[in-house]
Amino acid sequence: MKTASKEVSAVSLVQEALEKAHRYQDDYRIFTWINDAAIERAKEIDARIANGEGVGCLAGVPFAIKDNFLCPAGETTASALILNGFTSPVTATAVKRLEAEGAIVIGRTNLDAFAHGSSTENSYYGPTKNSKDLGRVAGGSSGGSAVAVALGIVPFATGTDTGGSIRQPASFNGVYGIKPTYGTISRYGVVAMTSSLDCVGFFAKDAADLDLLMQVCAGRDSYDMTTLPDYYGQEPVKDGTKKIGIIKDFDNDAVAPEIRDALKRKVELLQNKGHEIIELEMPALKYALAAYYIITPAEVSSNLSRHDGIRYGYRSEKSEHLGELYENTRGEGFMPENKRRIMIGNFVLSSGFYDAYYLKAAKARTLIIKEYNKAFAQCDFILTPVSPNPAFKLGEKVNDPVAMYLEDVMSVSLNLAGVPGLTIPAGQTAEGLDLGLQLVGPRRSDQGLIKFATEMEEA
Amino acid sequence: MEVNQETIGHLAKLSNFALSPEQSVALEGDLNSIISYISQLDELDTDGVEPTYQVFEMENVWRPDEIQPQEADREQLLALTKEVRDYQIKVPKVL
Repeated sequence: MKTASKEVSAVSLVQEALEKAHRYQDDYRIFTWINDAAIERAKEIDARIANGEGVGCLAGVPFAIKDNFLCPAGETTASALILNGFTSPVTATAVKRLEAEGAIVIGRTNLDAFAHGSSTENSYYGPTKNSKDLGRVAGGSSGGSAVAVALGIVPFATGTDTGGSIRQPASFNGVYGIKPTYGTISRYGVVAMTSSLDCVGFFAKDAADLDLLMQVCAGRDSYDMTTLPDYYGQEPVKDGTKKIGIIKDFDNDAVAPEIRDALKRKVELLQNKGHEIIELEMPALKYALAAYYIITPAEVSSNLSRHDGIRYGYRSEKSEHLGELYENTRGEGFMPENKRRIMIGNFVLSSGFYDAYYLKAAKARTLIIKEYNKAFAQCDFILTPVSPNPAFKLGEKVNDPVAMYLEDVMSVSLNLAGVPGLTIPAGQTAEGLDLGLQLVGPRRSDQGLIKFATEMEEA
Repeated sequence: MEVNQETIGHLAKLSNFALSPEQSVALEGDLNSIISYISQLDELDTDGVEPTYQVFEMENVWRPDEIQPQEADREQLLALTKEVRDYQIKVPKVL
């Protein structure tokens, strides 16, 4: 990506990004907030360059943050009414690390409220539109970030991925997106959804940029005890030909023919380059989605109980006493999908149902992890579709929660197992919609995964 | 398992939501279709399988028990709420 230097000013980079952001905003609804004050920060970077001071490896690079990352610039709303008016005094570690290298936040991007969704339609601000077709969804939940990169507004954007929220919108908009190994990037200052699954990651135009962003952000953070010790860039990356697994059960009629063809084309290319293709049997993956939609709501119901209208954000004004204040604030402040998940969470955790749902899902998770371990004993990486369909039409699935959940059927198992996944663009449909495939690796193989994606770019 | 209006009312109470009658009816349909989908886990044989609650590889991350400087101070945090008196957040009456 282009960084500021004596020849290219940070002000010009930021100005260009802001102009594009404003130009596309009305049609695509990418941002919940655009940071016009970013120019001031760019001027500081230019002054440092003029003085010959150090400016970092992302000097003057404009970027966008998904609106569930906390920092004092703009309100952090998570695209939900209940966080309206909340300006955070603290900064997410990932944002802090990017800013320390000279990158500049030019806006906050739209998401499904609290990252609950696969289309960015469940947003208090309305849906973000697909970069190739204004009548279709951006994907989600990090839809705004994916479209911001796809339209060339910013060279990279942050996202969060709990069940596919980076990989699926990346695939719907023809960009790269990485969900790292669980625990690779600190989640301090990121609005929590499903703490045992949530990962911070990025969207970019190529795999090499993802590598740079991982170098900057990965590593231990004393504010997030789930962060792994620094491993990114430390573990050996094997060169040479690879064994690539493909999952037999994913080649079925529920998957759009264009996506199956895209996978076949990529597989042939890999074979031509000398890589070995192995067919994998992973029968437990069939149950990953059901397990995910038990574990996620369970953790969501707990994580969202903190939003009470008392300490920050929106408060309903029409309450006589405290109990009413909670109920009205939460009743008015959450979107319908937030309510479904909180209620399902309370259902699967309630006495009498805990064993049949939550405990059962936790056991299914063990079986899924075992299946991945077995698969990676046979191959280096797995190549699969990201989702069964390319970008669907706005309004097509938003009122049918199970139809929307089924879009996540091939992405959620990675989060349950904690393994990394990377979306690589894989051509377009006849009508010009983007297609993507997902490259999956064992835990802590992130750098090898990105390196292999770089080789595939050249294929 | 099917949920009905009574279960919806109970879950709304556990969730601390006020729901309109229309919302309650819509949620009954939505929750039933979600529960019917997730119930397919019944088919999976999990006898003798240990549950997994997290995939974090380590246990007990210790640090010295010392107060560290934080980004936000008391004034900044209290400024986020609607009404404050004597460093206390003011709320409507409890009963």
